[in-house]
Amino acid sequence: MLDQLVALLEQNEMFTPSILNEYWDGTVLTVQLTFLSVVIGFFLAVPLAIIRTSKYVWLSRTIWLFTYVFRGTPLLIQLYLIYYGVTMIDGIQDSPIWFLLEDAFYPCLLAFVLNTAAYSTEIIRGSLVTTDKGEIEAAEAYGMNYWQILRRIILPSAFRRALPAYSNEVIFMLHATSIASVVTLVDITGAGYNVYSRFYAPFEAFIFAGGIYLCLCFAIFAVFQRLEKRAFRHLA
Amino acid sequence: MLDLQGYGPSIFNGAILTVKLAIFSLIIAVLLGLITAVARYSGGKISSAIALAYTNLVRGVPDLVLMMLIYFGLQVGLNNFSEWLYELHETYAINAFYIEQGWLTLSAFYEDGMYITIDEFSAGVLTIGFIFGAYMGETFRGALLSVDKGQLEAATAYGMSDWQVFRRVMFPQMMRFALPGIGNNWLVLVKTTALVSVIGLSDMVKLAKEAAMTTYEPFLFFIPVAFVYLAITTVSEIVLKYLENHFSKGVEGH
Repeated sequence: MLDQLVALLEQNEMFTPSILNEYWDGTVLTVQLTFLSVVIGFFLAVPLAIIRTSKYVWLSRTIWLFTYVFRGTPLLIQLYLIYYGVTMIDGIQDSPIWFLLEDAFYPCLLAFVLNTAAYSTEIIRGSLVTTDKGEIEAAEAYGMNYWQILRRIILPSAFRRALPAYSNEVIFMLHATSIASVVTLVDITGAGYNVYSRFYAPFEAFIFAGGIYLCLCFAIFAVFQRLEKRAFRHLA
Repeated sequence: MLDLQGYGPSIFNGAILTVKLAIFSLIIAVLLGLITAVARYSGGKISSAIALAYTNLVRGVPDLVLMMLIYFGLQVGLNNFSEWLYELHETYAINAFYIEQGWLTLSAFYEDGMYITIDEFSAGVLTIGFIFGAYMGETFRGALLSVDKGQLEAATAYGMSDWQVFRRVMFPQMMRFALPGIGNNWLVLVKTTALVSVIGLSDMVKLAKEAAMTTYEPFLFFIPVAFVYLAITTVSEIVLKYLENHFSKGVEGH
């Protein structure tokens, strides 16, 4: 089996170890970008969603405006605004944060974080506002204060109900990171494009890249299935 | 007032191209979606397997990768097709080949060598239509499944033909269930059209980027473009609300 595989790899001129290594490096970058943006975005989204449900209209309107703008415009424009916009500000090249902006990684990460934070905020808000009123009243009757109710009652049940929609958002983010290849980063898509332009073989190069994304999708899907199982075990 | 330094008209043309691209892609996507949904709902084993593979594979791969695959693949495929046509030309002396169907222009000329081109706009429409056909397929399938079977049986019992059942009973109710999904897909589709700038189509994102690079004024060009997208989104949401009310007329509580 392994011998056959080695023989097969030796025969083809495209998928040599060095090319496979390029795809591997791309995969590492894609996973890094996805993981970091989803994790940071989530921790931004939770407080934003809570403020979004606040009774102070101007507070919730501000957050609404943020999510409306970031959900209503293409991620590519957001990335261009950050990647080209911020780096072209006068004097930024001499500022102490320039080392962060020099590399395309951090502008990309910033764009992805803001984008996923906007979508996640709306997802979490959706499940916050559908929390059973009776549960909150019961908690109040027990004498819990607002923070206790939030921490013990509202958030755990909201996270549970947000899980299915949130897993879609994570897969969406995995796909969205392919845009990083537009600003010189070599992620899976970037590796695929390099291989395509070297061999002029679009089908092999992009189908291989697509296959890697599919595998990552399945992995994310499996993780969320386990999480959902854990979250809903009291109902089983 | 906003001074776009002479780039205003060209970016405006880019905006029109974006809207045209989105609308044509939507039409292709809806047609493909209906076909896939019907194939999975009432098709044979093979056609429903193809539909299943199509919807799941396309939804599992990023739009940009699919776009590059189809766009660059189409070019290579057409080159191979050209070679095949060239053989035809050699054997049967056929000299020109030209199809013009309004928005699709396929042409081949045999004078200075051999080539077939598909214009970038058609390629973009076909690509985005193909991608969102998969998402539409899932939306329509859900909607088809939500229509009450008893009503379809009742309509058949009244002696309506299959087509009449579809047009009078199935379609109006299906649309009510499908509209929120179609609306979401449309909003995502509009934003996806921004990606065609990457494969070389001159939509407003590409034109704004070129203008920004020449003038070193990125905010001046990207922010108005972002506002155009926001405007499209906002108008779409209003139209969708109206349509949802229209198709829910027969339901209590509306």
